[in-house]
Amino acid sequence: MKKTITYFILSICGLAMVIPFIWMLTTSVKSQLELNKGNVGFLPIEDQVTYEENGVIYNVSKVKTEGDSVYVHLFDEEMNRVSSYQKIALADIQSKQKVRLHFENFKTAFNKVPFRRYFLNTIFVSFSVVIGVLITGSLAAYAFAIMRFKGRDFIFYLFISMMMVPQPVYLIPSYVLLNNLGWIDTYQALIIPWIANIFTIFLLRQQFKTIPDELFDAARIDGCGRFKTLWKIVLPLSKSVISTAAIFGFIGSWNSFMWPLVMTDSPAIRVLQVGLSYFSQEASSQTALLMAASTFSILPLIILFLLAQKQIIASFASSGLKG
Amino acid sequence: MIKKKFDFGPYLYILPAAIIVIVFRLVPIILSFIVSFFDWTITGPGDFIGFKNYTLMFQDSEFWQSMLNTFYLVIFVVPISLILSLVFANFLNRIEKLKSFFRSIYFIPTVTSMVAISIVWKIIFNQQTGLANFFMSQIGIDPLAWLAESRGVFDLFLANFGIDFSQFITNLSNIFGISYNTLYMLLGGPSLALFCIIIVTIWKGLGYNTIIYLAGLQNIPNVYYEAADIDGANKITQFFKITWHLISPTTYYVLMMTTIVTFQVFSQIYLMTGPPIGGPLGTTKVIVYFLFDKGFGESNDLSYASAVALVLFAIILTLTLLQKKLEKKVHY
Repeated sequence: MKKTITYFILSICGLAMVIPFIWMLTTSVKSQLELNKGNVGFLPIEDQVTYEENGVIYNVSKVKTEGDSVYVHLFDEEMNRVSSYQKIALADIQSKQKVRLHFENFKTAFNKVPFRRYFLNTIFVSFSVVIGVLITGSLAAYAFAIMRFKGRDFIFYLFISMMMVPQPVYLIPSYVLLNNLGWIDTYQALIIPWIANIFTIFLLRQQFKTIPDELFDAARIDGCGRFKTLWKIVLPLSKSVISTAAIFGFIGSWNSFMWPLVMTDSPAIRVLQVGLSYFSQEASSQTALLMAASTFSILPLIILFLLAQKQIIASFASSGLKG
Repeated sequence: MIKKKFDFGPYLYILPAAIIVIVFRLVPIILSFIVSFFDWTITGPGDFIGFKNYTLMFQDSEFWQSMLNTFYLVIFVVPISLILSLVFANFLNRIEKLKSFFRSIYFIPTVTSMVAISIVWKIIFNQQTGLANFFMSQIGIDPLAWLAESRGVFDLFLANFGIDFSQFITNLSNIFGISYNTLYMLLGGPSLALFCIIIVTIWKGLGYNTIIYLAGLQNIPNVYYEAADIDGANKITQFFKITWHLISPTTYYVLMMTTIVTFQVFSQIYLMTGPPIGGPLGTTKVIVYFLFDKGFGESNDLSYASAVALVLFAIILTLTLLQKKLEKKVHY
C-alpha cells in the first residue's frame, strides 16, 4: 500500500515534468488553423466540416447562421477558397472528427531558415570544443596531479578561483578582447576561448591522483617517458572520467546560447541555439512550426541522453559530491 | 652535489590550458575593472571617468528594478526547488523497481536546451493558444494573462478575496511619502509574468538537484535508520532527526549552486518575455539581461555594462565565501 502511494506520487510528478515535452510533440504535428481555432488540447484531432455539391466535397468555414441556413466560405482540398458568403442549408453540412498528423510542419520549419547550416555549425563547434578540452585538460591535469614543480599549487588555485567567475561577468570584456583580435563573427570566437575547461582539469586531476605511484615507478624503470606514460598508462586507466568530461563539454557547448548570441552575427556561422532564437522571433505566431523546430533542436541531446543515461546521470551526480 | 637542471617539462604540460585561462578568463576580468572606469563604447576606449558608471548605476531605477526582480527569482526558486528536489529524492530512494526510469524522466529538462524549452513554455503560457489556460478552462477557472500580466502575484491573490490592494498601497504611499510604484513593486510581489519564469526555472533545475540529493541520501549509512527503527521512531521523525542533519552538506551545495545559477538567469527572459524583452512594464527584467541590454542594446555602453557585471560578481563572490564559512560549521 505504502509503495503504491509512492509510485503514484512519483508518476504524477514525473508526468508534470514531461508534460511540456508531450505537448510540444502533439502540437508540432497540428495544423496552425486548428491551433488558432483554440483546439490546443493534446490530441491532434481536427473538426472537419464538409459540404457536398455536384459530387465535389468542399471544406467549409462557417460565417453566420441564420435560422435553417448558414453563410459559409467554401474551400477545395488544398484549402484554396472557392466561394465566399455562400448561403446553404444547415442540414447539408456534414461535420466529423478526424485524427490528422501534419508531419510536413517539420520539413517546413527546417527549410524556413538554414537549420541545416546551424546544425552543422553546432556539431563542428561542439566537437572541436570537446576535443580541445580533453587535450588541454589531460595535459594540465597530468602535470598538476603527478609532477612536482615550483608554483604548482599557486597556479592550480588560481585556475580554481577562475572557475568561480560566472560567464556574464566576463562576457563584456571578452567581447572587447575578441573585437580587438578581429574574431567577432568567426568560428574562433566560439571555439578557442572554450578549449580549456577548469572543471575538466579539476575532474581529471582527482582521477589521476588515484593512480598508484608504483605504476609510475615501473614505467620510469622501463624507460617510459612522461608523455608516453600519460598516453599509455594514465589515459587508458581514466576512460570513465574522460567520457564524463566529454559529456559535460558536449552538452555545455551544444546548449550554450549567450556567448554565441553576442559573439556572432552572420547566419553562415550561426549555431543552432541562436538560430532557433531568431526563428522564434520571425515565426512567433506560427506555433506549430515553433514546436516542430524546438523538437528537432532538442532531439539530438535527448537521443544522446537516452543512450547514455546511466553515465550522464552519474556524471552530474559526481559533480555535486566533489563540489 | 650536482645541481639539477631546471625542468621546463611540467610548465609545457600546463601551457595550453594556461594560455586559454589567462587570455580568456583572467585578462577579461582585469579588463572589466579597467573598462568600468572609462567611457568605453564599441568604437574603443574613451576618457577616464572614475566612479561615474557606478554612481549612475546606483541612481538608475531600472537597475534597482532588475535587482529586485532577480532577488524575487532567487527567493522563490531556491527554497521551492530545494524542498521539491529533496522530496523527490526521498521518494526515489525508497523504491527499487523503475527507479532509474523515474530518475531519467526527472532529469530530461536538465539536458535539454533552455532556448528550445523556453519557446515551448512561452507558448504554454500564451493567453489564447496556450496549454495553461486550456487546463484552467477545463477545471472552470478564469483564464489568466500569464506572461502578459504585470500585476504582482500577491495583488492578484488578494484580489480573489475582494481586497483592494492598490488602495492599500495608495494609503501607505501617502503615509510614508514613498512613491506608489516603488511600494507596489516591493509589496505586490513578483509579477505573474515573472512567476511564470520562476516556474520554468524551477522545472529546469529540479532534475539536477534531485540527482544530487539522491546521491547524498545513498551515502547515509543504513545503520542509523535501523537503530531508529528499533527505538520506534516513525519515518517522519527519522527524516527530521537523521536525514535532514546528515544531508546538510548536500543541502548547502544545492542551495549555493541554485542561488548562483538563478542569479544568472538570462535565456528564459530573452526568449519568453516581451516584446519588449523584460516586459510587461519591466517586471521580468533581471540583472544579466540588464547588463546585456546596456552593453549590446541601443546605448551600447560597454563600460556601464561592465560596472553592472562587477556588481553581480561581487554579490556571487560574497555568497560563495559565505557558503564556505557556513559549510565548515555544519560539516558532520
